[in-house]
Amino acid sequence: MASYKTETKLTQIGNGFDELGAVNAPIYLSTAYKHEGIGISKGYDYTRTGNPTRSILEKAIADIEGGQEGFACSSGMSAIQLAFSLFSSGDHIIASRDLYGGTFRFFEILSKQYHLSFSYWDGENLGELADLVCPETKAIFIETPTNPLMHEVDLSAIAKITKKNELLLIVDNTFYTPILQRPIEQGADIVVHSATKYLAGHNDVLAGLVISNRTKVTEKLRLYHNSCGVVLDPFDSWLLIRGLKTLALRMRQHQENARKIVAYLEKQPLVTKVLYPGKGGMVSFELTAPDYVEPFLKSLHLITFAESLGGVESLITYPATQTHADIPEALRLEYGLSNSLLRLSTGIEHPDDLISDLNQAFQTLKEEVTAHE
Amino acid sequence: MSESIHFSTKLIKETVAVDPQTGAANVPVYLSSTFHQKDFDHYGKYDYTRSGNPTREALEDAIAALEGGVRGFAFASGMAAISTAFLLLSAGDHAIVPKNVYGGTFRILTQVLGRFGIDHTFVDTTNLDEVEQAIRPNTKVIYVETPSNPTLAVTDIRAVVKLAKAHRCLTFVDNTFMTPVFQRPLELGADLVLHSATKFISGHSDVVAGLAVARTEELADKVYFLQNALGAVLGVQDSWLLLRGLKTLDVRIRKSADSAQRVAEFFTTQSEVRNVFYPGLSDHPGSKLHAEQAASGGAVLSFELEDEAAARTFVNHVQLPVFAVSLGAVESILSYPPKMSHAELNEEEREKAGIGSGLLRLSVGLEDAEDLIRDFSNALDFVRNHEKVTVRSVD
Repeated sequence: MASYKTETKLTQIGNGFDELGAVNAPIYLSTAYKHEGIGISKGYDYTRTGNPTRSILEKAIADIEGGQEGFACSSGMSAIQLAFSLFSSGDHIIASRDLYGGTFRFFEILSKQYHLSFSYWDGENLGELADLVCPETKAIFIETPTNPLMHEVDLSAIAKITKKNELLLIVDNTFYTPILQRPIEQGADIVVHSATKYLAGHNDVLAGLVISNRTKVTEKLRLYHNSCGVVLDPFDSWLLIRGLKTLALRMRQHQENARKIVAYLEKQPLVTKVLYPGKGGMVSFELTAPDYVEPFLKSLHLITFAESLGGVESLITYPATQTHADIPEALRLEYGLSNSLLRLSTGIEHPDDLISDLNQAFQTLKEEVTAHE
Repeated sequence: MSESIHFSTKLIKETVAVDPQTGAANVPVYLSSTFHQKDFDHYGKYDYTRSGNPTREALEDAIAALEGGVRGFAFASGMAAISTAFLLLSAGDHAIVPKNVYGGTFRILTQVLGRFGIDHTFVDTTNLDEVEQAIRPNTKVIYVETPSNPTLAVTDIRAVVKLAKAHRCLTFVDNTFMTPVFQRPLELGADLVLHSATKFISGHSDVVAGLAVARTEELADKVYFLQNALGAVLGVQDSWLLLRGLKTLDVRIRKSADSAQRVAEFFTTQSEVRNVFYPGLSDHPGSKLHAEQAASGGAVLSFELEDEAAARTFVNHVQLPVFAVSLGAVESILSYPPKMSHAELNEEEREKAGIGSGLLRLSVGLEDAEDLIRDFSNALDFVRNHEKVTVRSVD
């Protein structure tokens, strides 16, 4: 399938698998597989080790991300846990400073309980990144664009550093998806996804993916995926395949809506900063005061106040108390994640409706501000 | 709830989670990954499905009540439950683990957790002196599987708990083979019960899942933190299927155990069978102890034929059981531990654990016991004739 474009690959996932000719691949709930005799199987023996529905998903994502092999996990966090099972006590990892709160919390567990050490890099100065590398360093972990400050990081430049120092480059590609960014083509060794977000796209599946492009790493990941058992179940594997078929269309609409919303927000007097890297569906913006956050959120009717992102419905998140609550406030403020910051995951509703919802919320806020002056 | 009701009643009572909104007697499948927050300052009970999901919670509450613990946790597989439980330990900590532990647990201890500084000693947990001698100042957990897989050796849960408490260790018990219908380790003092719920609890060979139940709030908080932080949670659809399977657990495992007893007794009368391992047989070394802590010999037994060739002949001639890995399903499953569940052990380790090259494990399903016995009797005829053929060819 390598010669097809991504859109074509996505729509065709699972087609051609079934011997009965089903265009849509079946959901194999069976946990056990009959063996014809001792040492003879048809490639499957136990669903944790391998499941036909999950295999279709894993092969597809590996192909689309340009890696060797994919591993579907029970959540984005378990995908990151799987990637980090490659390391041992005493190892050192460099990670983006502006990081999803759950990933930060996991790194805290690894450092406090298991003596791995972490250095955080601001994502700007490549010289500083190279200086952080020490003999114990095993990998660089990057989120790009960063969450929630939406800073784009130059992966090719980092790949030069990881190659030179024989480190693994692990990239969380959740925000851009392979539609907008294929980190392996830029030199990454491992890509991780919270597939709960854009890849599934409907706020109905919790899932994670790991894609590896280094033979030795792939072999280890295969062993740990099976050993630790953090596998995605067949039904959710199927739902994720179903979501992937419309990924290209959805991303196009998310991006178009986001760009229109950014143009609108940039003109709002109650907005001090709009953070948008020019691509994708995620937009962060800062209100003029932290006190405005609550009344603003309360005034929204169409956009839902909820954690998570990447679904067809627009969601707005308050990182300070939701997604990034596990990062100490002082640290957050220091790197720019303020208490006035909101993160908008632009859905695929009509952009005019989204903008009028934002507009009426700003009007209400303006009236309240004026009334208090 | 009244303590006088029978377990089979409790099972139904605890698995019926009535939906408060509609009154539906069966909990809805909440696929939603996220939940709208009505109040800016006070978030609702659910915000993100990894942290908590109403369908998964109905299952978690049910297993907690059935095992007699304070809180239950559903995981993506039995191994996800076990690996998350071991991550309660930190670098420098030590665990005592049965030497004939399930091959998957053996693999994660030796190949993954060791690299994170979690040390372990394999002992024969049926020998309490051996357990006590293995305890070190940094021992945090004594891990028990009883009866063991695949030789059905019995470990004294109460005695291990006593040893563990004296040394400020926790006791984890893998209760997969017995289920709470037959054995409730928390009532015997254990701290954490673990299940490969893929087996009897789900019971239909259609879900891979793990469960954990904690005895105390303190331990439950720690397990919850890791379940949420690491995210090895069970999918929503599978949580619902598991709850569905749980409702028939009592009738399924009782029927299977009755048949297993009859099949085990049949095997003891067959000259081709060298050994039968089943704790429901009075000459099984752990049968008396087992009867003190569990209500039945269970539905899994192992039996030993002369060698791999005999096992191969037997497997090639049985009609009813599927030949596959896993156990605890409506259909009988025959497996060959040396090359399936215990393939991670080398030959020497296998022999040490009592797993000979002629050993077969049988998980008895819901077929009629007479049909199963007729099928096995027929397959043993082939083993017998095969032996004759072999002998003749030597002549």
